[in-house]
Amino acid sequence: MGFAPPPHNLLKKVDENFNVDLGRIESAKLITYFIGVNLVEKETKPQLNNEKKSKTLLKLFLSTLYISSFTFGGGFVIITFMKRKFVDELHWIDEQEMLDLTALAQSSPGAIAVNTAILVGWRVAGFAGMIVATIGTILPPMIILSVISFFYAAFASNKYVALVLKGMQAGVAAVIMDVVCSLGSKVIKERSFLHIAVMIAAFAATFFFEINVIYIILAAAAVGVINALIKLRKEKKK
Amino acid sequence: MIFLHLFLSFLQVGLFSIGGGYAAMPLIQNQVVDTCHWLTMGEFTDLITIAEMTPGPIAVNSATFVGIRIAGIPGAIIATFGCILPSCIIVSILAFIYYRYKEMSLLQSVLASLRPAVVALIAGAGLSILSMVLFGGDKINIESFDIIGCGLFLAAFVILRKFKWNPILVMVLCGAAGLCLNLLLGG
Repeated sequence: MGFAPPPHNLLKKVDENFNVDLGRIESAKLITYFIGVNLVEKETKPQLNNEKKSKTLLKLFLSTLYISSFTFGGGFVIITFMKRKFVDELHWIDEQEMLDLTALAQSSPGAIAVNTAILVGWRVAGFAGMIVATIGTILPPMIILSVISFFYAAFASNKYVALVLKGMQAGVAAVIMDVVCSLGSKVIKERSFLHIAVMIAAFAATFFFEINVIYIILAAAAVGVINALIKLRKEKKK
Repeated sequence: MIFLHLFLSFLQVGLFSIGGGYAAMPLIQNQVVDTCHWLTMGEFTDLITIAEMTPGPIAVNSATFVGIRIAGIPGAIIATFGCILPSCIIVSILAFIYYRYKEMSLLQSVLASLRPAVVALIAGAGLSILSMVLFGGDKINIESFDIIGCGLFLAAFVILRKFKWNPILVMVLCGAAGLCLNLLLGG
């Protein structure tokens, strides 16, 4: 792997210092970096032991397959299981790095479980590892949902099943509202005027004005970018 | 071209669902119910129920479910591929930047203002599911008010908030209670 493990916890660091030198994240440097990594990788790993690598890949696949089959309850639960497997049991990744990978997975769009699998797979066995870990993670839900979809039409028209589903829908509504209350109170507790305003505006936009959710997300992202740039400028003046 | 349509729809779900878990829900509703009319609101609510009861991310579950209903197994594979493709690309780019510069404060600050918006969007999707439970549709209609659904919702909500029971257990109990109450009271 051409990477050095990161030294600090990403989340902590972000709160502590905001003075990122924007000039460093230039596309030109990034491109040289991509080329650089490719060269380093080609030089330092001429022939990784092929047998060892396929063993690692197999283990990676079986681990993600197993974790994904038995994890109910979404992204955060699966991260705990992955940490237990890859950090505590197999020692493929150290704990600090796993925390950083988790933060990265949460910052990217898409399902957290899939994002974490991509990162862990990449870290353990490069591109092949990434593919293997991703397939291992999405295969169990795909198979289970395929089976359910085939029976859904027949099931849902059954009077008793329909009544059970109806009751469960009430439960699901309660679960979602519970999550909304927890997340919403977290936002309010931050006491950030901007964030509360964004939350109210986004709710009004989706619920009363029925504006497309993608526009709302883009608008909130734009607010975030402007806010970050203003903060940066203030830091620099000091 | 149904496959391309499925792919592009779920590409948008994958690209814009930031924050994991329920963040995908409003986007799936937007694509599958409001824009493409592949599922009714009732079927969507069933889908979310099923996704909650089974392992795996809601987005992958939904992509498989919708894909199969629209275009069989190939549809499921294409929809799922569409919804994880943005993840693969963006996660890799972020990892490159992160390992190179060990700095993500700009991104983190953008995400900080995205989060409240995502909470609001989840609330919006949750309310349309709730209105589905209470009134049997997207619109508020007092005549079709479902008193059993309302009672179950309130009971489940209190149990979840006050006693922090396992959500899957709560949903199973709601299903059983819904069956019994409807058979006893509905006749």
